[in-house]
Amino acid sequence: MMHNSPALVPLLFLGTAISLPVLAIKKTKAAYPVTIVASFGSIIISSHNIFRVLRNGPLTYHFGGWFPPIGIEYMLDPLSSFVALVVNVIAFFVLWHSRGIQEREIPGKSVPFYALALLYLCGANGIIVTGDLFNLYVFLEIFSLAGYGLIGIGEKQAPVASFRYLIMGTVGASFYLLGIGFLYIVTGSLNMADVRNILPHIHGNPAVTAALSLIFIGMGIKMAIFPLHGWLPDAYTYAPSTSSAMVAPIGTKIAAYVLIRILFFVFGVEFVSRSLPITDLIAWLSAIGILYGSVMAMAQNEMKRMLAYSSIAQIGYIGLGIGLANPLGYIGAVLHILNHAFMKGSLFLVAANLRRKTGRSDIAKLDASLRKKLPWTMAAFTVAALSMIGLPPTAGFFSKWYLALGAIDKGNWVFLAVILISSLLNAVYFFRILEKVYLIPPPQTTGEDLRPEARKGWGFLVGEETYSLMIPVVIVSFSLLLIGIGNATIVKEVIQRIIPLGM
Amino acid sequence: MTSPEIYSSTLPFYAVMVSLIAMPLILLSSRHVILREFWTLAASIAKFSLVFLLLPGALAGRVAGFTFWEISPGIALALKADQFGVFFALIASGLWILTSIYSIGYVRGLKEHKQTRYFASFAVCLSATIGIAFAANLLTFVFFYEILTIATYPLVIHKETKIAVSAGRKYLVYTLTAGVLLIAATAWTYRTAGTLDFRAGGLFGDASFSPAAITALFLLFLCGVGVKAAIMPLHSWLPAAMVAPTPVSALLHAVAVVKSGVFGVVRVVGFVFGPALMHQFDLNIFLATVAGATIILASLLAFRQDNLKHLLAYSTVGHLSYIVLGAALISPASLVGGLLHIANHATMKITLFFCAGAIYVRHHKEKISELDGIGRVMPWTMGAFTLAAIGLAGIPPVNGFISKWQLGLGSLQAGELLPLAVLVLSGLLNAGYFAPIIFRAFLKTPTVPYEQGEASPAMVIPLVITAVLSLLLGLDPDLFFHFHRLAVAVSGSILGGIGQ
Repeated sequence: MMHNSPALVPLLFLGTAISLPVLAIKKTKAAYPVTIVASFGSIIISSHNIFRVLRNGPLTYHFGGWFPPIGIEYMLDPLSSFVALVVNVIAFFVLWHSRGIQEREIPGKSVPFYALALLYLCGANGIIVTGDLFNLYVFLEIFSLAGYGLIGIGEKQAPVASFRYLIMGTVGASFYLLGIGFLYIVTGSLNMADVRNILPHIHGNPAVTAALSLIFIGMGIKMAIFPLHGWLPDAYTYAPSTSSAMVAPIGTKIAAYVLIRILFFVFGVEFVSRSLPITDLIAWLSAIGILYGSVMAMAQNEMKRMLAYSSIAQIGYIGLGIGLANPLGYIGAVLHILNHAFMKGSLFLVAANLRRKTGRSDIAKLDASLRKKLPWTMAAFTVAALSMIGLPPTAGFFSKWYLALGAIDKGNWVFLAVILISSLLNAVYFFRILEKVYLIPPPQTTGEDLRPEARKGWGFLVGEETYSLMIPVVIVSFSLLLIGIGNATIVKEVIQRIIPLGM
Repeated sequence: MTSPEIYSSTLPFYAVMVSLIAMPLILLSSRHVILREFWTLAASIAKFSLVFLLLPGALAGRVAGFTFWEISPGIALALKADQFGVFFALIASGLWILTSIYSIGYVRGLKEHKQTRYFASFAVCLSATIGIAFAANLLTFVFFYEILTIATYPLVIHKETKIAVSAGRKYLVYTLTAGVLLIAATAWTYRTAGTLDFRAGGLFGDASFSPAAITALFLLFLCGVGVKAAIMPLHSWLPAAMVAPTPVSALLHAVAVVKSGVFGVVRVVGFVFGPALMHQFDLNIFLATVAGATIILASLLAFRQDNLKHLLAYSTVGHLSYIVLGAALISPASLVGGLLHIANHATMKITLFFCAGAIYVRHHKEKISELDGIGRVMPWTMGAFTLAAIGLAGIPPVNGFISKWQLGLGSLQAGELLPLAVLVLSGLLNAGYFAPIIFRAFLKTPTVPYEQGEASPAMVIPLVITAVLSLLLGLDPDLFFHFHRLAVAVSGSILGGIGQ
């Protein structure tokens, strides 16, 4: 069975998503454990895959036995197996955490919620693993439609935000479809490897240029590269907390992955950085996005909205790494896919706990009572915030380090300055919260009892609500320390294995 | 130049980690005062012993090295207990023991809140400081430097008042900005030199630079390490940070944090750029000018302070630049003088801060104008204060004289008279701002009679020890720790054998 392992994860999620409503028709409580089991299975398969890929080289699987370029090829190389593992791991922790959130925020909707989440992950894994441009579009649609659902299921304003995302997302997907249409016309193929071999012979063709531009714009919208980010803040803010925690670490990263895959592994570094200055464009837009996102984040009064703008800035890091089009920039971009997934995942989970405990996440209303009420959540927040600022030994420091090296290699001092200034802006908006949470005494009039609440279990719970709300947050954020000190292994064993040719 | 023999050893690792291991223990024993204080003391004694074990090897020119693992392809998180590192680590860890004892007296005397956070942060700070001392390359240095920044923050804002919070903000703005500039400089160095390993005499090898590029790189480094070294105009976080509890000011803002800054300056001058590049592009003249100006201006500003701790802060700013000046002159004696001043200023300034804290705990007085006649009720404290102040003014036989003498000698070796003039003037200014305090304490009669006497022995004994230590190190700079021999060795290695 091992020859088909690239296809296993998408199929596992697809199968579970379809059978979940049937399984849970009588017992809605079954939805949660079934989802968790499927998600955990995906981690096992993806980690198995990545070890095989690293040991034996890329794995391919041809659907239905049809060989490319006619049939659909699934392919796992170090890049795709790495991103798949990141996505599945972070999804597992978010889903583990989700029970206490969804029963509070979207009561009675657990079955559709988990079915959508599984479809979403099916789409994400399919996009990562496929080696076929059109198949990628199909998974992109599954992924996006499930994503609109996950967001729209939230509070009053959520359907509007989701509809806006749907319009822009569909425009993006259409652009992408048009782009591969152009490619198909001139190359006659949809297989990525095949197209890659044909393209060098027809570089002068305007259709190729058009295809590249269309794909870039399409993916730019999905990835929320400045100025195509308009859908993002509302969508992340009004979605249910679990959806935000699911969509923020995964959604835009998938688009970034597609951009990396298509720019560097289909069109080729030579073409996208020299024949057409598309990577320069990405780098400059990202640099502006980094500053814009950080400044806007400072101006927000609601934590989830702040995190949403911060996401725009962080996407800029990945975009900047892509745009540098040199090995160090590439390392920075791919590493930041991992780092940002874990940082944003943990921050949105913190926001979720905050909302569950106090019913709100307005920054102005945070005060030091929280460090008693949610000591572990706040410790997790502190670690994630330090990582966002980019202080060693957390993971964020090393994203900054590789991107800075990449910017210097490129000889571009503006980018270097942007990376460093952004880390200071991050410090401003995160320390603003840390100060409140640890230093600003709560208003006296409430008369709240600030002592740790009654202890349960072994006493580690202190004021936190349940273990399933506390442990995932703590694991995700403290693993930022591990990722930070172990980053050289990841870089050497995984990312450097597949530096695109021509960098 | 022969490179020193490097042998693999876990000692530097344990020396760094011992207080990091103590931190969770301190946190877990938050409800047991005695246990918490025991961990702090045990960690500080263990740390000092471990560092002390490295001293014989360093004196013999054998360097203990330890590599954690790679933290970026080609760059390891690595420790190297070279002579300079051992020198600095000895001072920081040795004074931590005294500060721990003093801290216990201080927090008990004031019934401070959140003592657990206080002692835990302190332990992390010391781990980071020893990490800085033993860092074998620039990235490791940056790594611990940033950890030190963050670990100090909870101590600066310890009082949680509005002033403390705004001082904390100021501290973060300065130090985090410095941190990112240092990262930029490190990344640039790596791309230019291909290595980040500190090497006595400079790590750039034969990399070529345009004058503009090397000046820019030097400025990045200087801002990066200069904030913690409180070089003017990057100093203003330091007086603001005096809102922290006095033991914090004593150990961190007179020894560990600020000395990490000047330690960084010496590392950058001697082990990154090296004397040849410094001379070739006149960077040393620039650095000496900044340092000289800082010495004079800080001493003048110290005159205006009525708050004792603020006066000491400005005095610290001035004395830190003695060390920077020693590094900038790059002559055999000036380097020895600068390095010795790291140790000498540490023992003297920590004494003064300890005295300020003792006065505050016992009499709740922070202003100099309120200290009339306090020497009569606190003879030990004010005696120690006087001794240290004499030393800072550079008057023999206290150790401040030794470093100043070497610095003066060094400026003559470099063929410059102006630095010598700065040193002499600064000595006079030091005497000028300390004399009124001593005069007031001993000769004026108190307006309101004092109700209390000396502070608790846990506070008085450490400050007497540091004062006596200052005196003994002034009589024999090689006493106990061989500071002088170490400094001569470091100076010789930087200058590539043309030293003493």
